[in-house]
Amino acid sequence: MKKITFLLFLVSFVSVAQHNEKTDQVKPTEEKSLKVTIKEYISHHLLDSYDFGLYSFKDDQGKTIHRGFPLPVILWDGGLKVFSSSKFHHGETVAEVGGNYYKVDHNKIYKTDAAGTITYDAEHHATNEKPLDFSITKNVMVIFLVGLLMFLMFSRMAKNYKKNALPKGMGRLLEPIILYVRDDIAIPNIGTKHYKKYMSYLLTVFFFVWIINLLGLTPLGVNVTNNIAVTFALALFTFLFTTFTGNKNYWKHIFWMPGVPVPMKIILAPIELLGAVIKPFSLLIRLYANITAGHIVLMSIIGMMFIFNNWLGSSLSFVLAIALSLLELLVAALQAYIFTMLSALYFGSAVEEHDDH
Amino acid sequence: MDKLLSEFSLGLFFWQCILFIGLVLLLKKFAWKPILEAINDREEGIKNALASAEEAKKEMQNLTADNANLLKEARAERDAMMKEAREIKEKMVSEAKEEAREEATKMIELAKSSIEQEKHAAIAELKKEVGELSIVIAKAVIKKELSSQGDQAKLVEGMLKDITLN
Repeated sequence: MKKITFLLFLVSFVSVAQHNEKTDQVKPTEEKSLKVTIKEYISHHLLDSYDFGLYSFKDDQGKTIHRGFPLPVILWDGGLKVFSSSKFHHGETVAEVGGNYYKVDHNKIYKTDAAGTITYDAEHHATNEKPLDFSITKNVMVIFLVGLLMFLMFSRMAKNYKKNALPKGMGRLLEPIILYVRDDIAIPNIGTKHYKKYMSYLLTVFFFVWIINLLGLTPLGVNVTNNIAVTFALALFTFLFTTFTGNKNYWKHIFWMPGVPVPMKIILAPIELLGAVIKPFSLLIRLYANITAGHIVLMSIIGMMFIFNNWLGSSLSFVLAIALSLLELLVAALQAYIFTMLSALYFGSAVEEHDDH
Repeated sequence: MDKLLSEFSLGLFFWQCILFIGLVLLLKKFAWKPILEAINDREEGIKNALASAEEAKKEMQNLTADNANLLKEARAERDAMMKEAREIKEKMVSEAKEEAREEATKMIELAKSSIEQEKHAAIAELKKEVGELSIVIAKAVIKKELSSQGDQAKLVEGMLKDITLN
């Protein structure tokens, strides 16, 4: 555990160093443009992208050079269209596929003409037609990599148990965490009778969110859990799982609260029903907001190093950035824990059996 | 909220759902189930081993206690037996002594009475012998002495004197 924490610590250092390089290359002419550059960089970082950019810089002629690799774009626009995102040239050009023209605007793909015209409405929203977009974006690629990593890690660990009753290698680190999820999250909230059917989900969610959050702290610029679609999908599974495993008691407590007078029952029913939806909704907002806020604050503090531009302010920001990186390490694990914990709590309420009223 | 909705990417949502369902199912089959089962088995094994060790310990204690009890009992029995034997021995010895004493007294008594009897018989015999002898003597004396009248009278007188003295 210590070793890994140390490694991640090192990685966050590298991250700081890289940011340094990037912003230096921009060479702003005045103070304001540096601030704007940093702000744009942060908001760009929080978005998904169609290619896996490692870093970019401006060469001597002021031309932006991107380093990274393209990812496949998959569109459904009257037929399946698959092409490499390198055709967009990082959103600078129009991609022509099978007679249709596509352009990236504010990180979304729009159908356009050969010239790449994008029309906007009064609120500066693009009004062009949007094809159904199933592209393997950076985030999609990362979640698949994480899935593969988890599968390899845990299936190997499982294989080890067949030969030996004691964990070996990675298992020594992972087993206490698995036991923690079982003994301190699942069993106290769900109860010994029902917890087994939820264990696979809880363990997968815990490790998935944790690993993704940790990857978000690396300089790869990965930020999956601060994308609302991902947290929404996770919360949706918790909601569906709760709903479909809920027993008679659970539904009775929603639609016909026992132990209160009839008019109260009628008032309580919509409130309880709303509560059943809001609970998982709070899950998705909590995870999304925590990770996004962490990224924004961390990157802002790193950006402040260049805005201060003197040794005192910059070094203070540097120390602050390190402290915050450590805090984010904690938050990464904490958010995974909270998501799993609350999911377990909702599952617990779905299978609870009370005889007291 | 508007920003959140516009940021929502259907493609990412779609892939996340597919990946996550697949991941949960795959991990359930290849990882979580075997891992949790192995851990459970191990925990059960440890629990059982501890319980049986505890039981063995208790049994051991019972056995030791039993042994001690047996030993104590055996010792008590031995003591009792020895005491009994001693008592029997003493009783036998004293009985034998008593018997011997009785026998001895009886024999002494018998001897005494037979001695007495013998004495009486001897005395009677002696008396008879003496009577006969005196008769013989008297015959002889009478035969001799009766030749002289005076002598005869003297003799008879003397003899009578003796007899009465006797």
